[in-house]
Amino acid sequence: MAPNVTGAYRPKQQFPWGKILAWMAMALLLFVTLFPFWWVLRTALTAPRAVFQNTGSLLPVQTTLINFQRVLGLVDPQTAIAMGGSGQAINFARALINSIIVSGLVVVGQTTFCAMAAYAFARLRFPFRNGLFTLYISALMVPAIVTTIPNFILVRQLGWLNTFAGIVAPTFLMTPFAVFFLRQFFLGVNREVEEAAYIDGASVWLVFWRVVVPITVPALTTLAIVTLINTWNSYLWPLIVGSDESVRVLTVALGIFRSQTPQGAPDWTGLMAGTTLAIIPTFLIFVLLGRRILDSIQFTGFK
Amino acid sequence: MARPRRRLGRESLTAFLFVLPSLIGFITFFAVPAVRGLWISFTNWDLLRPAQFIGLGNYARLLQDGEFWNALTVTIYYVLLNIPLQTVLAMVIAVMMHRLTDSVVIKGLLILPWLMPPVVVGLIWLWILDPNLGILNVALKSLGLPAVAFLGLPQWAMPSIAMINIWQYVGYTALLIFAGLQSIPPSVYEAASIDGASESQMFWKVTVPLLRPVLVFVLVTSVIGSFQIFDTIAITTKGGPVNATKVLNWYIYEQAFSRFNMGYATTISIVLFLILIVVSLIQMRLLRAGESDL
Repeated sequence: MAPNVTGAYRPKQQFPWGKILAWMAMALLLFVTLFPFWWVLRTALTAPRAVFQNTGSLLPVQTTLINFQRVLGLVDPQTAIAMGGSGQAINFARALINSIIVSGLVVVGQTTFCAMAAYAFARLRFPFRNGLFTLYISALMVPAIVTTIPNFILVRQLGWLNTFAGIVAPTFLMTPFAVFFLRQFFLGVNREVEEAAYIDGASVWLVFWRVVVPITVPALTTLAIVTLINTWNSYLWPLIVGSDESVRVLTVALGIFRSQTPQGAPDWTGLMAGTTLAIIPTFLIFVLLGRRILDSIQFTGFK
Repeated sequence: MARPRRRLGRESLTAFLFVLPSLIGFITFFAVPAVRGLWISFTNWDLLRPAQFIGLGNYARLLQDGEFWNALTVTIYYVLLNIPLQTVLAMVIAVMMHRLTDSVVIKGLLILPWLMPPVVVGLIWLWILDPNLGILNVALKSLGLPAVAFLGLPQWAMPSIAMINIWQYVGYTALLIFAGLQSIPPSVYEAASIDGASESQMFWKVTVPLLRPVLVFVLVTSVIGSFQIFDTIAITTKGGPVNATKVLNWYIYEQAFSRFNMGYATTISIVLFLILIVVSLIQMRLLRAGESDL
């Protein structure tokens, strides 16, 4: 009749087999989750020619940084070919910068403009407020692919193909999700501080920037992280409107590098070095802000 | 209430200015494209010549298009492979974590794959599953088993893609369920155990019903997401081998950006939208989304 299931109430002689089994399952789960990441790094550190040797070796074979140098364009093609690489021009340094530009623009634009809109929807009175908000929400149900083709045609007509403007345009000013997400937070903010500021004669603009924004920094940061990860990870849109090398982002660069593979034998070590580069920024965000990401998952399950 | 009424005019103006940037974005890139998409679906348009209105022509074509029906079948097959396995696994992981640990580190590590670009995840597994050099096949061979061209054989390709996506999303799904588990008051379990409920009775009669809101959310969003799989396919199989992984989104992409049939591609996307609405409604109805058992 143990009132608790943790095992603490069971007789001491009984060995906690169940718990040990569960921890073993957990260890297996973590191994399956993490091993592929190690395998990427292990391959990225393996010499291009050595990729065919010791394929089962858990450590890099003939450890080298040449792959990173190759994908960052630090080695001339002849040397790269001599090392066993494809010798293709793979300018990941450019792609990395492009990814940073695109993500930075979208994060700043979307967070700012959606915060303003969300505040108006949460607090201010204006005609058609509820109707307009309902419209925003209903857009959440439309699958991305439905607007992708018309948006592609629009961006093409604007002459924005292969420009940063074209890549960031659809998400720079808003996404329905961002407005919805922030409005939920603003609704939960205690009104009294705002009211006090209004009674002191402050304008809406001032109250928003000086009172509301500072106390909702956690929510704004959460949205910024979500936006950053979604933008950093996106593939289809930048692929169709920005595949030119001057604006090509990391995901697109990786996709193109993968397709350039001559029959059969991809440049695995180079590909994995590029993949590592694409993982590092997400990894850094994760290390710095992991707890915040976890909290926001528990808040809604964002996407 | 504290604000005087005379402010209303100015407040409306300010509010309008606050909403304006997002409104421009919404009209330009969500509302008008959605309506325009509907119009484009009634046309024949290759972007070179002006669009030609053909009424329901594209929709009629769709009914007779074997490739479309194949894409629909393949997509549903993927959803059926992916969702039940992922949800059950996530449930097991969540319950396991609930019993063992609340560790932030473990939770963090489990969502790591979910944070990665699907392109990166696709590349990682393309390498691991490589028929000759991939570590999984090396491991199989060392166990005396034959190597498998996971992504190269029609019968293996889709299960492999499902496996890749389960790897990416199961930790995230488990965490959502875990959050739901934590919100169940321990007193409910205590009451049940005083009444003499067994472990499995507690799971089916207490845990599952109380988790219903979370499960509905998880199932509806993951099914909608699965119907729209694209990136992983684009990086790994590109619809092959022999159309075995040519899902709806890949078919739409191909029609629009390889064959430049903008009208027909849009038609398929609108049909996908309609399918998703129906699927969601059925799911909500089956799972009785509105009801809470607490």
